[in-house]
Amino acid sequence: MACLVRSWIPLLFLQSFLVAIAFGSNEGEEFSEELLLKPLPDRKVLAHFHFENRAPPSNSHGRNHHLFPKAISQLVQKFRVKEMELSFTQGRWNHEHWGGFDPLSSMNAKPVGVELWAVFDVPQSQVDISWKNLTHALSGLFCASINFLESSTSYAAPTWGFGTNSDKLRYGSLPREAVCTENLTPWLKLLPCRDKDGISALMNRPSVYRGFYHSQRLHLSTVESGQEGLGSGIVLEQTLTVVIQPETTSVETNMQPSWSLSSLFGRKVVGSCVLAKSSNVYLQLEGRLGHESKNVDTEIEAHKLWMNSDFDLSLKPDRVIRESSSLLFIFDIDKSSDSEPFDLGLTWKLPSKWSCEQAPLHASRFLMGSGNERGAIAILLKATESQEKLSGRNLTTDGRCTIKANIFQIFPWYIKVYYHTLQIFVDQQQKTDSEVLKKINVSPSTDKVSSGMLEMMLELPCEVKSAAISIEYDKGFLHIDEYPPDANQGFDIPSALISFPSHHASLDFQEELSKSPLLSSFKEKSLVRSYTEVLLVPLTTPDFSMPYNVITITCTIFALYFGSLLNVLRRRIGEEERFLKSQAGKKRGGLKQLLSRLTAKIRGRPIEAPSSESPAAESSFLSSKLIFKIILVAGAAAAWQYFSTDK
Amino acid sequence: MAEEQNKKPCRFWIWASASVVFRLILISFPGNLNLSSRPEVSTPLTSIRRLAEGYWLKQASMSPYAGSMYHGSPLLLSVLGPLTVQRIKGQPSHLLCSLVFVIADILSAMLLRGIGQKLQMAYGLNARLLGFFMDKVILPCGDIAALVYFWNPFTIVSCVGLSTSPIENLAVILALFGAVTRRVPLAAFGFVMATHLSLYPATLAIPIIIILRYGLDAPPIKLFLQTRSVENEKSSTSTVSKQAKSKQTTHLPFLWKTVAHFLFWVLLWSLYVLVLCALSLNKYGGLEEMFKRTYGFILSIEDLSPNIGVFWYFFAEVFDFFRNFFLIVFHVNVLFMLLPLVIRLKHRPCFLAFVYLAISSILKSYPSVGDSALYLSLWALFVNELVDMKFSFFLFCGYLGISLLSPVMHNLWIWRGTGNANFYFGNAIGYACFQIVFVVESVSAMLNHDRALRRSSSNHGEVKS
Repeated sequence: MACLVRSWIPLLFLQSFLVAIAFGSNEGEEFSEELLLKPLPDRKVLAHFHFENRAPPSNSHGRNHHLFPKAISQLVQKFRVKEMELSFTQGRWNHEHWGGFDPLSSMNAKPVGVELWAVFDVPQSQVDISWKNLTHALSGLFCASINFLESSTSYAAPTWGFGTNSDKLRYGSLPREAVCTENLTPWLKLLPCRDKDGISALMNRPSVYRGFYHSQRLHLSTVESGQEGLGSGIVLEQTLTVVIQPETTSVETNMQPSWSLSSLFGRKVVGSCVLAKSSNVYLQLEGRLGHESKNVDTEIEAHKLWMNSDFDLSLKPDRVIRESSSLLFIFDIDKSSDSEPFDLGLTWKLPSKWSCEQAPLHASRFLMGSGNERGAIAILLKATESQEKLSGRNLTTDGRCTIKANIFQIFPWYIKVYYHTLQIFVDQQQKTDSEVLKKINVSPSTDKVSSGMLEMMLELPCEVKSAAISIEYDKGFLHIDEYPPDANQGFDIPSALISFPSHHASLDFQEELSKSPLLSSFKEKSLVRSYTEVLLVPLTTPDFSMPYNVITITCTIFALYFGSLLNVLRRRIGEEERFLKSQAGKKRGGLKQLLSRLTAKIRGRPIEAPSSESPAAESSFLSSKLIFKIILVAGAAAAWQYFSTDK
Repeated sequence: MAEEQNKKPCRFWIWASASVVFRLILISFPGNLNLSSRPEVSTPLTSIRRLAEGYWLKQASMSPYAGSMYHGSPLLLSVLGPLTVQRIKGQPSHLLCSLVFVIADILSAMLLRGIGQKLQMAYGLNARLLGFFMDKVILPCGDIAALVYFWNPFTIVSCVGLSTSPIENLAVILALFGAVTRRVPLAAFGFVMATHLSLYPATLAIPIIIILRYGLDAPPIKLFLQTRSVENEKSSTSTVSKQAKSKQTTHLPFLWKTVAHFLFWVLLWSLYVLVLCALSLNKYGGLEEMFKRTYGFILSIEDLSPNIGVFWYFFAEVFDFFRNFFLIVFHVNVLFMLLPLVIRLKHRPCFLAFVYLAISSILKSYPSVGDSALYLSLWALFVNELVDMKFSFFLFCGYLGISLLSPVMHNLWIWRGTGNANFYFGNAIGYACFQIVFVVESVSAMLNHDRALRRSSSNHGEVKS
């Protein structure tokens, strides 16, 4: 009995220990789900899903996760990722109508295809290896060809142009990657409730992919605990931004379409994800609504705000928050249930118009020139309406008002850029580099080894109307194996990133907020950035069908060169002269001469003086020699055959 | 006769200055000729745009070889680089560079004329030595070669088209001129510079050493011995035999001393060039980087952009695992013919130099018309010997046709997209074939000329006896 007790005690200890570990490590793990809805000026609706999963710092050994996806934490541990962002995007963000100067657009307007950047916490020499391994791991995790970013020709190491200053940063993008539901499913798998419950249940695939723009993003950052022995915490932020056109029945063109969640997504929210700490839905109305705030009784005013002469909300918001230019309605979906699903709707009663705040300069990029030999890339920065408002903010020491713009651009190696041809035009007048170019950093591309990168900082006067940058390039010629199967479609140049380092976007909430990760991230100042279009460059193709012809014809030319030159050099003077003498000395019959010429041709020797033998004898001698040769060759062949089969 | 001789140089100078004026007119044309981006004119090695890019990179305190743009010499960069940046208001952007190339062309032509005059003198002397009576006029091959160089469309195009090949050609011609006039340091300098600029003139070491050892082009030595023996038998008091006797001591000297002198100077100059290169590339990887980016680039044929050679398409199409094999085979082909040629043509070192240059311009990794211009004008030095060359009209038509068709095919393929790569490659194949026929026929004509000399000298001997 004592023995039994003795054997039980350690087990009990162990059990209690395990339980303690299990619950202890879960303590700080938090998951929250949020959805921001925002009607856009051009009769579309933006839905921004935001999921945040936090794993607190803990011992790196024996980490056990309750909510946090294990795949991600393993990724972070293995490759020592400090910060990482992966986005899958289809469609192009419309900066003019959907906004360019708010945190939502500066964080979620992404280039087409896949974009990945990561900062590593490893020694400088191992960064590239970590990057390669990371791309492979992510490729498997998200069912995408992210592994193409492994090759050094497809990624770059931006120094300051990207916004994050780190020498351990790597950036790569795949403009041609087709983003579809097979990428969304693994992304949803990382959520504790998947798309079964809570807000994510809204993600009906046909309605998401029917939209004008969708971008799924995964942002990882590690938080140093600062304590000894503890690892670092991880914050995983997953967002899906969709722009959908609501189906409208009204014929009035200037009337904003009315919509509800069920009409947008074909689904309703039935309860929140039970594992989420908070699940909120926000509705942001921008523009003219902000100025209506008066010092009236808040209760009445709140009612007025969501049911007024302009529009109706189908549900009563739990809170209303004012921002400098917009209103934010907050709904808590915990109250909804099966019998009473959450189905927020917005009905417009009067036509309304507003505009979104735009970035100081609108960037677009295009190709110049024709033909497949060379061309030029031009980036055009055009002043937007919001520029007047912004001007005067950034006075330099000498009192001039300037706008700073960073341009970051990756060139694939087959776009051979001549950096000395960089030209900058401000308001259609060419400027020298020293006038507007503040900083430039170039890393030229090496053929088949590395891609080129251009970072530059422009300092433009505030009153600028347009600025254009052009740079010339030659198109490279690739080996036949380096072309993709659809070679004639052309090659994509990844988007350029234009960021405005002296401008920061943030939502300025007047009230103190509850702990909402989405809103607090909006409150933080974020760099204003916009991506340009992806460019399609057609490259010349060789003839894919004839490598053999090319090889044989070229080798024939070499044979011609070698053979004929050697033949000329080999001809002997003496023999020739003897031949000439014999020709001059003896005039023979036509037939005889022909015969001797023929034999000479056959034997490959100059014609000799005819011997005393009769032609018949000579021919028999020749034939016997010929027979001997044939027998020799046949014997050799037979021997070869015999020995080779023997082995 | 004297009047005519006076007139001729006069006419030569008129034509030469006319060609210079023609060039000046062309370069002061605004840049819409776009010759500098023609694949026939500028290769990755000789393109001035790439040189400007290298200079820009160097000014931005980066290695000029960073990226895959510039593959030329660092010395050329420091000479021509500043000229690519400087602009004169209202003038085409690369005017100063063009002027440098025009000057290089003038110098080359003058040196060619000098070589030609030496060769002409030697030809006359040898003919007299062999005892031929002048039944035909010796053509002034120097003037002809210089005029061919001046007026060859290929030369004009590569001069106006801003490729650095005029400078490479100048270095080659300088080496030959130095050897012909027995200025050993000059010959060594030209040789080292030419090799430094484009690697292939390294083969010229053999002809230059032969020139320095044996002297200029002459009929085979056997002939002289034969003539001498005949003459000696006939009469020992004749003046011709006296000359031959005196020749006996001067014609076959083993001038090892000159050769050693040459090698010493080559060593000295190459050390000098290397030190200069190392100094200018001090911060950017040094000489190792330079060799990798210049000679390595030439030998490994990394750039597959179209040119008038056949390699680019071959290596764009060949399977990757055969690439190294074919690289070796093709480069060895340049070297294979060196020995047979030197055995058969050792009595004609200048002609040997021409053949070597022609071969390397056929088998070059990145050939341009500038290389053809060089060997074509060298060919004109031997008009006296090569008058009986076969197929010359056919070859002329071939060269003409190719140079007209090549831009058309390029335009069809690259700019219009209506043709495909085979059009242009077919053109390149045709060009290679014509060049091969040209070289083979020239060698054959030269050997036939020697044969004819021997025959006539033996006839001559027979007649005399």
